[in-house]
Amino acid sequence: MIRVVEEQKKAIALISGGLDSMLAAKTVMEQGIHVEGINFFTGFCVEGHTHAIRERDKAKPKRNNSLWVAEQLGIKLHIVDVIEEYKNVLINPKHGYGANMNPCLDCKIFMVGKARQWIAENGFDFIITGEVIGQRPMSQRKATMPIVAKESGADDLLLRPLCAKNLPPTLPEREGWVDREKLHDITGRSRKPQMAMAKDFGIADYAQPAGGCCFLTDKNYSAKLVDLWQARDSKDYELDDVMLLKVGRHIRPRPHFKLIVAREEGEGRFMQGYKRDFISMICTSHTGPFVLLDGEPSAEDLYLAASITARYGQGRNAEQVDMAITQKDGSERTIQVKPLAGEKLPEEWVI
Amino acid sequence: MNREILNARRLLCPLPVIRTQDKVKQLQPGDQLEVICTDPGVMQDIPAWCRINGHKVLESSSGGHEYIIVLEVGR
Ligand code: SF4
Repeated sequence: MIRVVEEQKKAIALISGGLDSMLAAKTVMEQGIHVEGINFFTGFCVEGHTHAIRERDKAKPKRNNSLWVAEQLGIKLHIVDVIEEYKNVLINPKHGYGANMNPCLDCKIFMVGKARQWIAENGFDFIITGEVIGQRPMSQRKATMPIVAKESGADDLLLRPLCAKNLPPTLPEREGWVDREKLHDITGRSRKPQMAMAKDFGIADYAQPAGGCCFLTDKNYSAKLVDLWQARDSKDYELDDVMLLKVGRHIRPRPHFKLIVAREEGEGRFMQGYKRDFISMICTSHTGPFVLLDGEPSAEDLYLAASITARYGQGRNAEQVDMAITQKDGSERTIQVKPLAGEKLPEEWVI
Repeated sequence: MNREILNARRLLCPLPVIRTQDKVKQLQPGDQLEVICTDPGVMQDIPAWCRINGHKVLESSSGGHEYIIVLEVGR
């Protein structure tokens, strides 16, 4: 008698760290499929950063939700650095931006495309996402589902277990690798079905990202990014730019330079790491924040920047304060300035 | 057994984890890797990554503003 041993099918699940992708992976694991997770780091992911930078959060370090999800599911997680490739997605999104600078649809297509490449290289059979029809106004609509599948090149190797029953059967379903009947038909923005499902699976403690999985959905962050592009007259960026947009107050008193003012010690320490890339200043006669200057300030601009910096320190009401200015080459000099007066900074300066 | 050092200073999570993952790929089971970081988040993230992927944390310590994790590559 010949016994044909069916090889266990393997799927890669896009793990964002939220509940939906966790449930999608779990649903397929329950059907005996070997699942591993993949997570893409674009540079804009909410994970960790600001918590790592800001002093007050250090006492309770934030967990990385995708690692946590993978551990709960008992699966491996591959974290892929896509910082460079992602630039093209963000700078030229074919399908445009969402409410802020979030190119969600292009982002999804890009990530599923990367997963498609990954399964080909690693001998996996199909891809799982936690997408739900109608969940997000831009990227998760009935009309966008086939667009993601087609433009990513994943086609019918892309299975969305949470809403599969509302979509045409994919290859894993047609081939009987997974039982379509045991997949779901969730639609819309209500979170109730997912919460019930989590309860069934015994998943109690999960992350509920409000806006989305990255900083690009944040209004203030997006404003800073647009300001950066305008000031440089180019949409390009480096990872350091992206990081610095997450810290401090950003104030642009003149088109050709801006101040990044540390809001507390942890940020200041983080920003000190950029002393060789930017002119920096700190008040030496009074306690005050560490500040970086991005751009090409003139001598007059430096005086203005110092007087703005002085407003954020203990010397804000003093007649005059001492401000140490350090150039990129490390040379330092101290100037005396009068803190900028007035109740508030001109609104148009604050980014 | 090989012992290597990975400088992940100034990188914010998850980059130290990504660099660790990429470095471990080049090592053999039993090799040790010492990762030096400045982001306190690694004290949670690298051990979690090791647990998921079957590697062992031998040591973790912090001093000044640096965090050091020594791990042994699993099978
Ligand atoms: S929220 Fe950010 S990471 Fe998530 S799909 Fe949109 S652009 Fe991509």
